[in-house]
Amino acid sequence: MRLERRGDVPLRIIIFAPFMAVLVALLIAAFLIAAAGVNPLTAYVELLRGALGSRLAITEMFTRATPLILTGLAAAVAFRARLWNIGGEGQFFMGALVTAWIGHSLALPGVLGIPVLMVAGMAAGAALLAGPAYLRLRFGVDEVVTTLLLNFIVILFVGLMIEGPLRDPLAFGWPSSVPVDRDFRLPDLIPGTRLHTGLLFAIAAAGAVWLIFARTVFGFETRAAGLNPTAAAFAGVSLPRTLMGVALLSGALAGLAGSVEVLGVTAGVTTTMSPGFGYAGIVVAMLAALHPAGVVASATFVATVFVGADAMSRATGVPSFIADVIVALCLLTMIVALLFATYRVRR
Amino acid sequence: MTLALELNGITKRFGTLTANDDVTLTLAQGEILALLGENGAGKTTLMNILFGHYAADAGSVRVFGQEIPPAKPRAAIEAGVGMVHQHFTLAGNLTVLENVMLGSESLLWARSAKAKAREKLMQIAERFGLPVQPDAKISQLSVGERQRVEILKALYRDARVLILDEPTAVLARPEAQRLFETLRDMTKQGLSLIFISHKLHEVMAASDRVAVLRGGKMIAERKTTDTSPEELAELMVGRKVQRPVRQDQAIGAPVLIADQVRVDEKGETRLNDVSFTVNEGEILGIVGVSGNGQAALGALLSGLTIPAAGKLTLSGQDIGQFGPRDMIRAGVGRVPEDRHAEGAIGELSVWENAVLERLRTPEFSRRGFVRHAAGKAYAANLIDTFDIRGATPDTRTGLLSGGNMQKLILGRCLSIGPRFILANQPTRGLDEGAIAAVLEKLLTARAQGAAILLISEELEQAVALSDRIQAIVKGRLSKPVAAHEADAQKLGLMMAGIWQEDDHAA
Repeated sequence: MRLERRGDVPLRIIIFAPFMAVLVALLIAAFLIAAAGVNPLTAYVELLRGALGSRLAITEMFTRATPLILTGLAAAVAFRARLWNIGGEGQFFMGALVTAWIGHSLALPGVLGIPVLMVAGMAAGAALLAGPAYLRLRFGVDEVVTTLLLNFIVILFVGLMIEGPLRDPLAFGWPSSVPVDRDFRLPDLIPGTRLHTGLLFAIAAAGAVWLIFARTVFGFETRAAGLNPTAAAFAGVSLPRTLMGVALLSGALAGLAGSVEVLGVTAGVTTTMSPGFGYAGIVVAMLAALHPAGVVASATFVATVFVGADAMSRATGVPSFIADVIVALCLLTMIVALLFATYRVRR
Repeated sequence: MTLALELNGITKRFGTLTANDDVTLTLAQGEILALLGENGAGKTTLMNILFGHYAADAGSVRVFGQEIPPAKPRAAIEAGVGMVHQHFTLAGNLTVLENVMLGSESLLWARSAKAKAREKLMQIAERFGLPVQPDAKISQLSVGERQRVEILKALYRDARVLILDEPTAVLARPEAQRLFETLRDMTKQGLSLIFISHKLHEVMAASDRVAVLRGGKMIAERKTTDTSPEELAELMVGRKVQRPVRQDQAIGAPVLIADQVRVDEKGETRLNDVSFTVNEGEILGIVGVSGNGQAALGALLSGLTIPAAGKLTLSGQDIGQFGPRDMIRAGVGRVPEDRHAEGAIGELSVWENAVLERLRTPEFSRRGFVRHAAGKAYAANLIDTFDIRGATPDTRTGLLSGGNMQKLILGRCLSIGPRFILANQPTRGLDEGAIAAVLEKLLTARAQGAAILLISEELEQAVALSDRIQAIVKGRLSKPVAAHEADAQKLGLMMAGIWQEDDHAA
């Protein structure tokens, strides 16, 4: 058996691949659910009902999808340029922390304050990724290692801050940072639910990323450098500048995810506010084949699994960790699916 | 007469493409057969079928009268067919002996097995006149020596029929000549040989018989003594082709001057004390065996490296510190050595590759946004002007054939009206039709007054195109000689670095 590269991968195959990947991942997870003594079909029906079965469930699902869209975009942008940013989680927390910190005492009206805080969160995320990007450019340090390890450092740093200088005295010992000022809370999208206008920012960010890659010189050069650095450099593309630009954009998107989560949902920062948004963003980006529009769709799917798994757990007793298993399986099956999308099997 | 090899009615289809169409080919014992054809004519497919890498849709393969089963690579080797690939399949960190043993002997070499293998290897080397040092590491050997090891490896497995895929692609002229002499001697020992080539002069010089493939069909077979390069070229391409030749013309002012330039790379000196001048309306040919500093010279003039010492000027302007983009802006057109690695990005569309070099000019972008319409119109124009076949502006560039990709790169480079053009191996790997087209364009640019530096490993081409020629040896350049004074012998000496001794004598 050998693999032969397809001449041109048709669009329908690229669109088909993630659906196959998800299907196979669900199939594999079904064995685990069956092993837990539950009929997988029942479990999946409960999962769907829990995420999409009611108005409230759907709003909850979209609330969860909002940060996933942004961390997914962060990963997609970086991966396109072959910058392996595994540090979305750390950048998310950095964005969240800086937003809460500044937002607690910022003396501006809400309309002005919200954009200022978002920009601050983006800057924090971008700054956090600029370091590993610089180390890679200057010394060839592998950014997979540096960005991954920075996640733990950042989360410990957040812990330090919310136990210390940024501790919320009104939280009665519950470790949380001071909340952002009430003026800066993002308005609800649907009153009476947790769904906030951050979703619109996330979708707008996807549009902006699409625009950058499809239309701008920077996006063009980034694509070229990602596909073939040697040829891009020969044609005059500055690889260091491109890589640094991508790092700033990717870090900013993950930082924005943290910022939006604080402004829209949590108000203060806790070390448990993210169920792994940064890491799940990698899966979101891969399932989307790194396409911004696909990111919105795949973030919705991953959010469905996360939210639905809780309901499924309550109804059937299957541990809700199955959500993490399904998402992780999706990453693996998607990588295989991409292989089959670009290569054909020949005997 | 015994037939060493018979391919009978071989047909192989890939989807709608018929790569081999009822091909019949025989090889007599002790014969050298040249298999001639353009890229994509079906030579490689045919050999892959012979070796059992592909299963033919129809037809049979016989070796010394024995039919060998299809799609069984082992079967061909056991029947005594050996293959020497164009790209060597040797492990650089192992010795010659270990490489030869690899694949045919157990991986756990007992000392006695190794001694036996060494004896057999030395016997073969002696018998076929292929001297080797069995304990030398492959990585320390020259390209020619590595090829010898590849041949020995096949002979070690008792090959009686040897197939060589473009054996001279990596060799300099003298090495190639030596190879063909060796091959001739080997046939006297009863070996039968097929060599695959698209170089006519080799075919004429080294073969007994020529088989021409075109479009998957066996077009013609000729005794080498009964044919001519002109006839073979016509058979191969399917129409008359003539390689363009330079016409004499007046030469203008100096455009590019390199003065005692040194280039270092990773702590090693790649170019040393290199001086040359390229004038308006002139082609300066740089000939040499590959790996003597051509890559560094190409990188220097593309703007990818800067000189460690010396001066580089373009029409009087110092361009030593220029990057690729500055070079393009200053009017330097660049055709890179490797079109897949450097020249074009296969995954991008034709128009995207066309505009990539000048993306940041107002022609193709405004306020950071790419002007798609302008880019596509420009690409459509290039496709027209440079006869890039099978392309629209939106075609994925990787789908173009080598020749058409090269036309795209050349078009991109020429459309800026360059003052100076770096053409680094511009026709490597192209077929006759595409070679003619590329050379034609370069000569047109010369006629319009461009100064051109042609780096070439093909002497005929360098002589036919260049006004003056310099040889590059170990990072140094010889003094220029006028092309009409340069015969093969003189150039051969120059490429061997003999001019350096002249300098000492003088």
